[in-house]
Amino acid sequence: MLIKLTGGKVYDPANGVDGVVRDIYIQNGRIVTPEPGAKVSSEYALNGKVVMAGGIDPHSHIGGGKVTIARMLMPEDHLGNEVERTALTRSGCGHAIPSTLTAGYRYAEMGYTAAFEPAMLPANARQAHMEMGDTPMIDKGAFVMLGSDDFFLRQLSGKADFSAMKDYIAWTMHAAQAIAVKVVNPGGISAFKFNQRQLNLDEKHVHYGVTPRDIIVNLARGLTELGVVHPLHIHGCNLGVPGGVETTLETIRGANGLPMHLTHIQFHSYDTEGDMKFSSGAARIADAVNANKNVSIDIGQVMFGQTCTASGDSMRQFVNTRSADPKKWVVMDIECDAGCGVVPFKYRDKSFVNALQWAIGLELFLMVNDPWRIFLTTDHPNGGPFTCYPHLIRLLMDKTFRQDVMKTINQDALKYSALATLDREYSLYEIAIMTRAGPAKSLGLKDRGHLAAGASADITVYDDNPDREAMFATPELVFKNGDLIVRNGKIIKVVNGATHVARPSYDKGIEKSLKQYFDDFHTVRMENFRLSDDEIINHGQGEVIVQPTGARTA
Amino acid sequence: MDSNTPGGNAPNHFDNVACPFCGILCDDLEIGPTADGLKVLKNGCVKSVAGFERAFKEPKPQINGKDVSLSEAVAEAARLVKAAQLPLFGGLGTDVDGVRAVMSIADQAGGVVDHALSEGQYRNFRVLQTGGWVMTTLTEARNRADLFIVLGSDIQKIHPRFFERIVCNERSMFSDTPPKRTVVFLGEGLDQSEVKGSRIGEIVTLPAKGERLREILVAMRALAKGVPVQGDTIGELPRADVEDLVKRCSAASYGVMVWAPPSLAFPDADLTVQAAAEYIKDINLTSRFAGLSLGGNEGAVSAGAVCAWQSGYPLRVSFASGKPDYDTERYATANLLANKETDLVIWLASYTPDLAPPTTDVPMILLSTPALKPAKTPAVYIPIGTPGIEHDGLIVRCDNVVSLPLRKLRQSQLPRAADVLAQIQAAL
Repeated sequence: MLIKLTGGKVYDPANGVDGVVRDIYIQNGRIVTPEPGAKVSSEYALNGKVVMAGGIDPHSHIGGGKVTIARMLMPEDHLGNEVERTALTRSGCGHAIPSTLTAGYRYAEMGYTAAFEPAMLPANARQAHMEMGDTPMIDKGAFVMLGSDDFFLRQLSGKADFSAMKDYIAWTMHAAQAIAVKVVNPGGISAFKFNQRQLNLDEKHVHYGVTPRDIIVNLARGLTELGVVHPLHIHGCNLGVPGGVETTLETIRGANGLPMHLTHIQFHSYDTEGDMKFSSGAARIADAVNANKNVSIDIGQVMFGQTCTASGDSMRQFVNTRSADPKKWVVMDIECDAGCGVVPFKYRDKSFVNALQWAIGLELFLMVNDPWRIFLTTDHPNGGPFTCYPHLIRLLMDKTFRQDVMKTINQDALKYSALATLDREYSLYEIAIMTRAGPAKSLGLKDRGHLAAGASADITVYDDNPDREAMFATPELVFKNGDLIVRNGKIIKVVNGATHVARPSYDKGIEKSLKQYFDDFHTVRMENFRLSDDEIINHGQGEVIVQPTGARTA
Repeated sequence: MDSNTPGGNAPNHFDNVACPFCGILCDDLEIGPTADGLKVLKNGCVKSVAGFERAFKEPKPQINGKDVSLSEAVAEAARLVKAAQLPLFGGLGTDVDGVRAVMSIADQAGGVVDHALSEGQYRNFRVLQTGGWVMTTLTEARNRADLFIVLGSDIQKIHPRFFERIVCNERSMFSDTPPKRTVVFLGEGLDQSEVKGSRIGEIVTLPAKGERLREILVAMRALAKGVPVQGDTIGELPRADVEDLVKRCSAASYGVMVWAPPSLAFPDADLTVQAAAEYIKDINLTSRFAGLSLGGNEGAVSAGAVCAWQSGYPLRVSFASGKPDYDTERYATANLLANKETDLVIWLASYTPDLAPPTTDVPMILLSTPALKPAKTPAVYIPIGTPGIEHDGLIVRCDNVVSLPLRKLRQSQLPRAADVLAQIQAAL
């Protein structure tokens, strides 16, 4: 069956297509170049419409223990935000931390066809995949957390052979079914368990004697040499700390050209000027990102309203509990592997701090030049729920709208930010890079995020509405693997997406030492720690897609 | 990688078997065949032996006590579910896929979802929803804790291998010569017999009554803060003993307070958990300390977790209005029955015969292990397999972090609960 999308304005940055009117053909779930004279069985006339690949969210906490802790912690997030079941879709609920099914539906209804869980603890990987398995409509994938786990820290501390460290990184990616690796407050989650309350970039962990810098450099180098496409995904030291900008700049300098992705960088861009000792460091961060082509970032934009933060960073979240709103929170130490902190937050537009956080995020968006190295995120739900993306896109594309909103927020905050001086407006082409082509390239999704022949037919069609918030909130058509799943922002067909993984090679000999290690110390056997493909496929409900990995060097 | 064959043994001989018969999910069992069943060869306990070694039976489904085919039983079950005003999907002793299937059919049929042991879980959930806490997990406690305080819970009875695996382990990640541990039993009549071996230093017994634990914990928090506390006794314990315990908590490098919610079977036990949680939060302002909640037998943790991620709420949810409606009192199993709000009970108990359905005149569809013998003949009876014996499955551990794969250990005609429920739903 050949489907033709006729006459839409196509924005396909991966192939350099910027608003060109052209037809797109779909067959068997893929975008194709049809044989001459092939019969079109259904056609959609898209004259004047905007056509992009399906949106890809490279950092969204959609599955895993801490998200479900947040769901349990916050019944008030769900009350009044219930979603009724329909003939097609299941019931659900939630504003900031929606139930799994509701999250899948909302992503699809917003024109997104993939989202990636960025903080999967190895010890909790099974549950993360179970929750992603219950998130319909979209493709999924997860970044596995390393860097506060005992095995890696003892390798680093014991100056283990670097090849063995790479084996362990790769083994963990296989075992946890991950597509990338994340480090969260490098070493800090572990240090907190030893009662260290902060761990600066060059500060030693009291037990292992290693520093966050050691951890970052070794993981980043390891992933590069393993051929993993997505660079080390770094949630740095000192999240949310005024003056954290210095740590972030030093982290970039310390990379020495190694590829790295600095996530929710907004939370790591705070300077210490002014009466409140809190000001924007966005300009300095943007300069560093612009100058260092090895660095990519996502923002973690703060959006005003109630949310619930859920992070692996137990050390910093314990400090943040002082600002919990409402006043309840969970901090956990987990399996000598990782940790988590779940803290409800309300970002207020009249609050100096929250307004400045909002402005810093926007400054970063507007001051970083290369949209291929900056991705649109709110660090869902930490800066705000992903359903805020259309509003955020309008803030970036519409200067007048942005200035109108700026008038409504705490005015003192704007004195410590350069936002008022920034005139930039993002183009549709740049938005398509930041929300599709860029994340796909960065994550190594070879057949996603673009519209050339061979790509998966994940396609979103928008009305070219000058109100960009309305445009991106309600796509006219969304195709997933060639199936029309959404029409006018409503689901018309329910599908299950795939799970993307990457599998760098490793020496199986590592399992000998791991087996002994698990038997001696853990409460789960190594054999049961590993997730099988069958668990994800789960009687045909899911699918595993192995994305390419480069050759391992050394 | 060959991750699909964790054992890799001879046929019918299994290593690294996870045991679903209590919430701590030991996964180091070795199980072999006998002439007519299975035998736990290594790392068994009273619960795993009872579960894995019970006689193998494959009875037929029944309608009103008469044998029928599975499809007839499914059709009758579907008829009853369809006709019901407010069906209760209770028991919920099943695996993750079983709970998923329950959530799906309850959503469509407009039913209520609750687990048989949720009263115990709610001693925790209420605290989570009002104040939160600092918690730890089994491996963390096993390697890190230098002080364990057992809070009013007879752990040995509920989790026969907890002390062996988590408290008495000789090796630790952080030292070749790990320091000895102090174990404090704060509660009456708690079995200490398995707390032994080279890691155990001091065992302290403070025989407090369950109903007085809250008072003791609140006083400990006050004492730690320097707030005056009156009296020579606190909760009937000598004041000096309580003050000594406060000192131990402050001095511990990593203290762990352990409770098993089902053990806290006294009125307002959630307030005891809350008092513990708030005290632990305070300790963490200067040193490290964490709570560790056990319990979660009969698949209770899986039920709470799946229900929470699919509906937003941990059990006691009704779908009668077409959307999740949460009421921790109204939709508790006992209250639904007492208030005659439900007109059909679908009871699911695939692990042990202990999860017997409640005595009620309300018609019942019973999906259970054949080992369970109901007191009253159900309207529809469908024997189902046990996850981890007759079929594969996934299950969530008591700490709500780790989950484990359960394996099929023998051939059986007994269906999965998930498949039976899906068939009933398809027939609605």
